[in-house]
Amino acid sequence: MNGATWLRAAPALFGLAALLLWEGLVRALDVPNYLVPGPLAILRAFLEDPGGLLLALLSTLSVTASALLAASSLGVLLALAMAASPWARAAIQPWAVVLQVTPIVAIAPLIIVWVGDPFTSLVVCATIVAFFPVLSNTAVGLAAVSPELLDLFRLNGASRWQILWLLRLPAALPYFLAGLRISGGLALVGAVVAEFVAGSGGFATGLAYRILEASYRLRIPRMFAALVLLCIAGIAINAALAGFSRWLLRRRGEV
Amino acid sequence: MLTLRGVGRRFPGGTEALAGVDLDLGEGDFLALLGPSGCGKSTLLRLIAGLDPPDTGSCVWAGAPPGPGQIGVVFQDPTLLPWARAAENVWLPLRLGGQRREAAWPAVQAALAQVGLADAAARYPRALSGGMRMRVAIARALVTRPRLLLLDEPFAALDEFTRHKLQEDLLALWQRARCTVVFVTHSIYEAAFLARRIVLMTPGPGRIADEIASPLAPSPQTRLDPAYAALVGETTRRMQRALEMP
Repeated sequence: MNGATWLRAAPALFGLAALLLWEGLVRALDVPNYLVPGPLAILRAFLEDPGGLLLALLSTLSVTASALLAASSLGVLLALAMAASPWARAAIQPWAVVLQVTPIVAIAPLIIVWVGDPFTSLVVCATIVAFFPVLSNTAVGLAAVSPELLDLFRLNGASRWQILWLLRLPAALPYFLAGLRISGGLALVGAVVAEFVAGSGGFATGLAYRILEASYRLRIPRMFAALVLLCIAGIAINAALAGFSRWLLRRRGEV
Repeated sequence: MLTLRGVGRRFPGGTEALAGVDLDLGEGDFLALLGPSGCGKSTLLRLIAGLDPPDTGSCVWAGAPPGPGQIGVVFQDPTLLPWARAAENVWLPLRLGGQRREAAWPAVQAALAQVGLADAAARYPRALSGGMRMRVAIARALVTRPRLLLLDEPFAALDEFTRHKLQEDLLALWQRARCTVVFVTHSIYEAAFLARRIVLMTPGPGRIADEIASPLAPSPQTRLDPAYAALVGETTRRMQRALEMP
């Protein structure tokens, strides 16, 4: 095995070692399942009811995907408005920051009450958490155009539309993709947080609700199993978006 | 072609970048603006391009001022679109003028062939060397068949051998295309080799201090010509004198 292969294998090897240590410690110290379940107990808990947990995961993922779609559309639209007019930039920027720093846990109950429909309110919450990276990255990308290229466009009589379509938007794409990758993780976090809030209000939906329910019933291994599924989903979303952005940039000759 | 009288320009901060510039640009000239950093060469080039207006004085074109695509520009950085292939980069000025890909393609191919890059049409900028990128930038500037070609230290970032080759190619292109060229440089050797008229500029504020008419024939052979060495010496002497003057 050479250095590169070792590097690629490192996360899996480290994870395996940690799992072995975990299982070993739990057995050696005789820790009860309701405090810290070992990896094998967690796997057993998952296998007892894989359908229920996977359906819950599907529900969380559909909220995440809808929120990511909404967040990237909203982020790009607002960034375009900010690039088009200094007035819009001045008007939007502080409020985007306000929305970004407001803890979603604090406003989720209000949103759930106001929106009514459970699915939509979850998507709204997750969108609020996820839209900021797309917005700020795209705005930076739209502005980061070389002044010399702008001169070249002007000398050739380019219209505002041509400058946007042929210069600013393509130049912003790598920035947008970097933001999208961050937003993907945030959308999942936002969806789960909103589900927690909604779950304690009685909306039985998503993995977060399964976690809550399991913790009420002291079914701690099941709780951990749901948590593991969430982690895997997060890693998969990140990897998928990274792969998508690599593919797109390579197709355009930029990587 | 263009007459500048008493042209001045201030930076936004208030510093004078150019003052009292008089310059006559004739059809078919190859003019080098030579001087140290901060002498207003690039500012003057932007005024000629019409990218900035003069604060004082006048820029008057003989006949109609150039429209879109009639001025070609090349910057120190090739500034290609990284997401577009070489040919698509060259197509850009024509595309901005409303020409579709199929209609523009013969002109694009011809411009790439002119700079010796006919085979690199489908390559992306990142797969090209620094010298090849600059060639693409020159092809992009030539594709609209401009009346006036403006170059702002285009070869300053290239290695000596690539620079020499591109200088020779530019000279040949100018002789063939017979457009007017204004070339900004801080290299005396470059100005002496390329230009028919060497305009010496001094900083603080930027002024035209002197002008030298080149006695050389535009040819790659002049590099080894004693007359070239003499012109370099003469230019150096007069540049030094201009810089010493208060």
